[in-house]
Amino acid sequence: MYEFKYQRPTSVRQAVNMLAKDPEAKLLAGGHSLLPVMKLRLAKPSALVDIGRVEGLNTIELKGRSIVIGAMARHVEVANSPVVKEALPVLAEVAGMIGDPAVRHRGTLGGSLANNDPNADYPAVVLGLGATIITSKRRIAADDYFKGMFETALEPDEIITKVSFPLAKKAAYQKFKHPASGFALVGVFVSKRSSDIRVAVTGAGASGVFRVKSFEEALKKRFSAKSIEGMTVPADGMNTDIHGSAEYRAHLIAVLARRALAAA
Amino acid sequence: MPAVSMTVNGKAVTADVDPRTLLVQFLREHLRLTGTHVGCDTSQCGACVVHLNGIAVKSCTTLALQADGGSVLTSEGLAAPDGPLHPMQEAFRENHGLQCGFCTPGMVMTAVDMVYRLGNDLDEHTIRQELDGNLCRCTGYHNIVKAIAAGAKTMKGTSKAA
Repeated sequence: MYEFKYQRPTSVRQAVNMLAKDPEAKLLAGGHSLLPVMKLRLAKPSALVDIGRVEGLNTIELKGRSIVIGAMARHVEVANSPVVKEALPVLAEVAGMIGDPAVRHRGTLGGSLANNDPNADYPAVVLGLGATIITSKRRIAADDYFKGMFETALEPDEIITKVSFPLAKKAAYQKFKHPASGFALVGVFVSKRSSDIRVAVTGAGASGVFRVKSFEEALKKRFSAKSIEGMTVPADGMNTDIHGSAEYRAHLIAVLARRALAAA
Repeated sequence: MPAVSMTVNGKAVTADVDPRTLLVQFLREHLRLTGTHVGCDTSQCGACVVHLNGIAVKSCTTLALQADGGSVLTSEGLAAPDGPLHPMQEAFRENHGLQCGFCTPGMVMTAVDMVYRLGNDLDEHTIRQELDGNLCRCTGYHNIVKAIAAGAKTMKGTSKAA
């Protein structure tokens, strides 16, 4: 790692001020994306602002027809939360699929979303449910939040504090897990909330998570795997690497979407 | 350099550290507790697993400063140096749950954490799933799984350490 200054604010406001003063500073949540990248010297923040001691950022509450989760909620907390399991079980399932047990003990919801790894699971849930990202400044709709690989709408001194997930009548996530890393080679999240139907894909797109509008359109008639039978997704814009070609990833999207619809 | 204080295996320790110091470096290089290993150094292999405030974490992906004020339990702290082995360590010995031994400290710490979270009756499927983050290149896992199932049972009635 390159050298950095370590700062430990006790409030969101203090953390925002630290970030505003130093444009090269980075926020440290669970550290399970940022520290590995720093160890490889792919990131060189001048300072780490560790929000691990800021209180009130890991709450999980049912508010009306939504579940509101604090940005510092660890994956294990979301996976084991009785509130989440009862009201939106798919969210608990996805949280329980991330990484391995020790990683889930440290990794956070806000950290995953701020990082926006193109193979991460949470972005698919957030976009696939049309969740709202609540920050120190504003509320951002999922459709406006993800801006490409490792890019988000967050400003340099803006901190995610909560995420509000609307409850869905039907929802499911299917993931083709990379056997070594556990990341999604491709993951597809489907949901139906009254008239809002969403199909969100992680892992496949060359610019991160995205929605499959053609599938969503076809599902308006009937929310069933049959409605997208025979439909495909073009390989243009898909990621190609040693783990899979663009064509393979495009193929997996249709397969996993059908499986998710069958499970929803 | 910022100061860091924590309890390690029941003993209070304080040191001034470079902020870059990882928890595993702090344990191994500052405290000379070399029972915690560094395998992959990329949070995949689990050789570095220790308990921080009672839960299993990868100490190669945690800054020492993130553990400031916390309580850490390492392989060395599971049993008294001159006393009998911890029931989980004994189960690994009894079931030949290791060959070269490099992954063993992390395996044992993960296994003990598994028992704290999931109880004393662990079936094979659960154990294999829960070992997702611990790699072993010798045993083929079979005896590790047997050891954990046996150790979980003999841990019944033991209290949670540090």
